[in-house]
Amino acid sequence: MRWDAVFRLRVRSLFRRSAVESELVEELRYHLEREMDRNAAAGMTPEEARFAALRAMGATEQSKEECRDMRGLNWIDNATQDFRYTLRQLRTNPLFAGTAVLVLALGVAAAAAIFGFVDAALIQPLPYRNPSRLVSVFAGTPQDSQGNVSYRDYLEWKRSNTVFSSMDAYGGGGGWGYTLDTRQGAQHVPGLHVTDGFFGTLGVAPMLGRAFYPGEGRSGAPATVLLSYGCWQRRFGGRPDILGKTVRLDGVVTTIVGILPRGFSFAPAGPAEFWTILQPGPCERSGTCSSVFTVARLKDGFSAHTALGNMKAVARQLQREYPDSHRDRTANIVGLRRVIVGNTLPILMTLLAASGLLLTIALINVVSLLLSRSESRGREFAVRNALGASAGRLFTQFAMEALVLAVAGGGLGLLLAAASMRLLIRLIPAGMMAGMPFLKGVGLNAHVALFGAVAGLVAMALFAMPPAMRLRRMRMSDGLKEGSRGSAGTVWRRFGRGLVVAELAIAVTLLVSAGLLGKSLYRLLQVNIGFNATRLATLQVDPPTGYSGDAQWIGLERSVVARISGVPGVESVGASDQLPLGYGWAGAEMDVTGQPSFEQRTPANLLRVSPGYLRTLQAHWLRGRDFTNADRASGRPVAIVNETFANDYFPGQSPIGRQISFHGVPQTAMEIVGMIGDIKEGTLDAPRRPAVYVPFDQEPNDSFVLAVRVQGSADGMFPSLEAAIHSVRPGISVHGEATMRALLDDSWAANLRRSSGWLVGSFAAISFLLGVFGLYGVVAYSVSQRTREIGVRMALGAEPASVRRLIVGESARLIAAGSAIGIAGSIAAAEIMRGLLYGVGPLDPPTIGAATIVLGAAALFAAYVPARRAAAVNPVVALRCE
Amino acid sequence: LSKPTDLVQGTLDLLILKVIALEPMHGWAIAQRIRQMSGEVLQVGQSALYPALHKLEQNSWIRSEWAVSDNNRRAKYYSLTQAGRKILESETAQWERLSAAISTIVRAV
Repeated sequence: MRWDAVFRLRVRSLFRRSAVESELVEELRYHLEREMDRNAAAGMTPEEARFAALRAMGATEQSKEECRDMRGLNWIDNATQDFRYTLRQLRTNPLFAGTAVLVLALGVAAAAAIFGFVDAALIQPLPYRNPSRLVSVFAGTPQDSQGNVSYRDYLEWKRSNTVFSSMDAYGGGGGWGYTLDTRQGAQHVPGLHVTDGFFGTLGVAPMLGRAFYPGEGRSGAPATVLLSYGCWQRRFGGRPDILGKTVRLDGVVTTIVGILPRGFSFAPAGPAEFWTILQPGPCERSGTCSSVFTVARLKDGFSAHTALGNMKAVARQLQREYPDSHRDRTANIVGLRRVIVGNTLPILMTLLAASGLLLTIALINVVSLLLSRSESRGREFAVRNALGASAGRLFTQFAMEALVLAVAGGGLGLLLAAASMRLLIRLIPAGMMAGMPFLKGVGLNAHVALFGAVAGLVAMALFAMPPAMRLRRMRMSDGLKEGSRGSAGTVWRRFGRGLVVAELAIAVTLLVSAGLLGKSLYRLLQVNIGFNATRLATLQVDPPTGYSGDAQWIGLERSVVARISGVPGVESVGASDQLPLGYGWAGAEMDVTGQPSFEQRTPANLLRVSPGYLRTLQAHWLRGRDFTNADRASGRPVAIVNETFANDYFPGQSPIGRQISFHGVPQTAMEIVGMIGDIKEGTLDAPRRPAVYVPFDQEPNDSFVLAVRVQGSADGMFPSLEAAIHSVRPGISVHGEATMRALLDDSWAANLRRSSGWLVGSFAAISFLLGVFGLYGVVAYSVSQRTREIGVRMALGAEPASVRRLIVGESARLIAAGSAIGIAGSIAAAEIMRGLLYGVGPLDPPTIGAATIVLGAAALFAAYVPARRAAAVNPVVALRCE
Repeated sequence: LSKPTDLVQGTLDLLILKVIALEPMHGWAIAQRIRQMSGEVLQVGQSALYPALHKLEQNSWIRSEWAVSDNNRRAKYYSLTQAGRKILESETAQWERLSAAISTIVRAV
């Protein structure tokens, strides 16, 4: 068949309707005339001929209608008619229409907004070539399956593997930033050290200039740097002649050779602006110091799973080669996507599930609204049917209503979703956002729109269901007879109650989940951090360019600490290489002198601290002494350990006076002189770890952090602290100013629970309201349908109290069923949220109890209001008013 | 049972296609021709004829044009299209198979 011709005919039928219509009339008139001619020829009078012809032709209007049908016109007419009728219906009942649209919009908005985030994190492609082939290979130890890799192991892996087309490393002991010399003085800038093939492995080409070439950065070669697009725009005004210009990074004159593309980001590096070649430092050269991470591209034909076998074999080879240091070391492969979104995954999944539940409850709510509406329209159905509307025609009318509601609700929901995504993005603290560059693309994109459209389709199908069921069940004449008293509420009772139970169950699930998250946050903030976080100012100090070597670093630390102690308002000050509540690198394997080396012990946190640092934190002192100024570089090596270390390494004994050394290096033996209660060196939700503190002087570091205990509020102290530091030398770079209280509140661990708690909490609040109103609607409707029954009961002597009991009792059964299902649901939900729960189990009776009581009380009240109305009914009126 | 003039579902389409395969015709003439050719057995009323014509036209098996008729008035003439000719062939073959099969059964009893 020629589809183009068919199509043209259809279009003509559709848009040239008057022409088609008049042709139809003319055609039939011609037919009539010919009939009349024939009759006249047979000898009839013109009058007779006309009547005979008309009789023979029958009903022409009907056949016109059939012709229109054949031309496929009628459905359009019907649809427009239904559409107009629907709008009129909805306009006459604006409360119903507004509620339905708004409730659906809320559900769609929540689900679509959260989906937008999930899409950005998990569905949108990473900004690399063929990103699904990229993986990270980690060092696996019994304590940590995703550990740093030593530079030597990385080289070994790169050389021996047969499954990767390339493998590169980033990170390293050189840190995650640089000191940049600017006209305003030294400035700390975020950056990343990478191996020369890093951008090749990712498949990223600079938008300007070149990437690093193989072998670039060998000692002696001139230093080069790539800039991020944002850095180029912000710091260099986007000048096109930037290539070949030089900057001073960490005091080294470095040539800018390329600009990375605008869309490029590498989440593990945070907001890195400068990218230089990883130069093996003392840590990298040592062979046992784990300081780098890897990124590798799988060869064609290998999956992350099949590649793992090869990497494990390579790791076993290394175990044989270095039996001492690599005894428990294996390799682990994780997809790059997983590495990048890793710690956001639990919150995303939790929120997606919660918003899905909210959407479900919203849909149920609207369906039950429509259900009671279609019940009370039974008579209208019957009248329309009696007037000639077929059941199919009636159904399309209600389908149109479902369509209008779904489109309006879904569309409004998507608009709300777009607004809430913008709002949510703005609410994410900048520090957290830096670790999630993939969220920059969150917004109303094609995926989110598709999600909204699917939600709208599902909504439409559901909304068309109640009238469809009503139609199927209805014997049309019944409705006319008795105001549909007989059939009232049969579907309603079964289906409507099911809906209410589902709503209440979802509300309980969300309430319990929100409660668990809130409790986790509370527990987290109650964690014994082991020090006093109030009135504590912290900042980071990087040396001016030209400072190198232990002596200069020690000198800098001493003079800065001395100068700060002189600032008015400062109580005490201490320096360390790492603040509490940081990332908590815990890789120091320690030997106890006089005991066989490396028994299965947990590696310890290692911190270099100045005398007075632990006192400034107000650590809980258990035994021994603090470091003093006598514990110099030249002095006897000493250490302070925490309680967990003492229990782990010297169970049941005092550690004071014992000797420990770095694993495999007995000449580093140091004497333990003090013991403190555990300080949270890692994240808030991290388990207890052994920790070893050594004097800064004996293990100096170029940069350090300061902890300053002040007398008043810590917030206002930073200008004077900075001024004091710059008075030592203006070239010192100071950054990361924050009060310890803020670090605690804004920590990732706390933020994760706070944001998920708030979001799930607001979802729970909305679903709570929807659930309670849903129950109210059902009870109120069923009471109104049962007025006659109640009237009979009361006429036969039922007390108002027993009528109330009847209604409330029925509701109580629904509430009990909903709560029971909801509690079971909340246990399943806790499984999804496991990564977010802290200090509380998935089955937490107080939380479950509180949620059920709150919802139960509100729901019973919602049932009581119509029950009271029912009991107040006058039996005579009730019996007559039908 | 059915009235003898009732047409088996779908056969009206075949008859129309067959009749206008010879020459373009207007609706009234088509009905007359079917009546004559069937020896006055098949009476096609306008209520069946015109919807069928419009359906065939929408399917692009026949096309229509306005022309002056034998009695000097404007009439809508229907003629077979290329696609209609193919349909006619396959429908005719189908009909012959079907009617032969039915006759075999009917006579066997």
